[in-house]
Amino acid sequence: MAKLWNNYRYLFFRRFTQIGLMLLYFGANAWGWNILVGNLSSSLFLNMIPMSDPYAILQMFVAGAVLATDLLIGAAIITLFYMVVGGRLFCSWVCPVNIITDLANYLRRKLGFNQIQKRQPATRNMRYWAIVLSLIISAGLGITAFEFISPVSMVHRGIIFGLGFGWAAMLVIFLFDLFVLKNGWCGHICPLGGAYSLIGKFSFIRVHHNKDNCTECMKCKEVCPEVQVLHMIAKESLPVLSGECTNCARCIEVCDDDALEFSIKKLVREKQNEDNK
Amino acid sequence: MSNNIPKQKIKREPISDRRRFFLNIARSVGLASLAGLTWSAYVDEVTASSLVLRPPGALKEDDFLKTCIKCGMCVEACPFDTLLLAKPGDNRPLGTPYFIPRDVPCYMCPDIPCVPVCPSGALDQESVSSNGKLDINKAEMGLAVVDEESCIAFWGIQCDACYRACPILGEAITIEYAKNERTGKHAFLKPIVHSDHCTGCGLCELACVTEKPAIFVLPREVAKGKAGDFYIKGWDKKDEKRLENATSKTTTTEISKKSAIDSLNDMGDLY
Repeated sequence: MAKLWNNYRYLFFRRFTQIGLMLLYFGANAWGWNILVGNLSSSLFLNMIPMSDPYAILQMFVAGAVLATDLLIGAAIITLFYMVVGGRLFCSWVCPVNIITDLANYLRRKLGFNQIQKRQPATRNMRYWAIVLSLIISAGLGITAFEFISPVSMVHRGIIFGLGFGWAAMLVIFLFDLFVLKNGWCGHICPLGGAYSLIGKFSFIRVHHNKDNCTECMKCKEVCPEVQVLHMIAKESLPVLSGECTNCARCIEVCDDDALEFSIKKLVREKQNEDNK
Repeated sequence: MSNNIPKQKIKREPISDRRRFFLNIARSVGLASLAGLTWSAYVDEVTASSLVLRPPGALKEDDFLKTCIKCGMCVEACPFDTLLLAKPGDNRPLGTPYFIPRDVPCYMCPDIPCVPVCPSGALDQESVSSNGKLDINKAEMGLAVVDEESCIAFWGIQCDACYRACPILGEAITIEYAKNERTGKHAFLKPIVHSDHCTGCGLCELACVTEKPAIFVLPREVAKGKAGDFYIKGWDKKDEKRLENATSKTTTTEISKKSAIDSLNDMGDLY
């Protein structure tokens, strides 16, 4: 039991926050709760604190919309939070699409699709291209380009306000991740994830690798949805510095050797490591 | 047998770094254009819906689409569940608020709860306020239009359902009396909508007794025509002011060089 808890504690907390947040939003719409009103695009916490999706605001700005103060404050709050504290926490602790892609990834591992399809014929930098494209299209058409196709918003809006054919979008992502590309949506395409990668590049909470404890079982690399960030495993004792790490902590859970752990970024040591390179 | 034939090895010349670099660039640009064109085409198509009724205070559709952040707070604030958030399958710009008057019209709350909650300004409080106070009568959600052919009041049957349902009774819809020539002794009581007072709330559309409503709300841009600068009410001082911004265009038609007789004799040109 203790092992079970040890191996799934963060997963439990992540599902708890993901589902809990959706429940608060849902309750606001269905039963008039006042804790968290709106959705992940923009919301009001405790009737007071605005929170807005900085990537959506950026698209609005480029599209030529007049930005309201509430939105700017909300986007600043979210940006600062992830910049300082969380890194790409949004993707694995908040976004409901994560549950879908995690399921696809789990099935991929369990059913052996990873074995028959080893080559990944796509670059993970696609998401940054998607950001650039979305901004160009937003500017050209005068419309927030990603917001009108975003499966992320389709899913969270669907949960809060009614799904419609949103289930089809969920299924598309699921099938894509299961059969076409491993970690396809969250790890390659989603420009929102790309935006949070950029924002969270310098945040303080980091996974640290301790090489001395590592037995090179590579379980961490098997579960990691952004496997390129774990390049130092069994090679160097380093923190995971890439902004693409979602801090999902699956690597910490599956490690039986205490070779991975969360810690606050050690600025001095990081600097030393940079110098040693 | 076949073992004797040595396998021919295909030797390709290695690609130079320079060539690889340009090929990669060409590929990236190509893929980006492919994605970009598909993406823009789709977005352009899904935002082209012009028959959507927006909440009170909504900016003009173009500005509304770029400003609305799709948070749904107006939908949550609406006490009558009038407002809906477009979901996939609704065939309206995704995530934006709208309403269907025949299902649930806007009941024109005096405190307009849907507008002040808007964080983005896509619902503009200023446009539904007079003297700093919220005034729902200033809303311009749409305009009611009467189909005179299916409206039974225009047939001569007495019906004033829409007139009675109108929250701005006697101003947005008035009843016009006219003699019914068919019977010679009855009156038509025709409902007439006045665009300067109608807010487009849709209570008339809900109240209409015909199978498919004979009075219905359309977005103002769809329902209204525009006379343009070339036609001015010369008898109306206010309308004459429009002449100040009037544009003019001089066109010249080239006079035919053929003589008039040619055109009479040459019948071929007439067809």
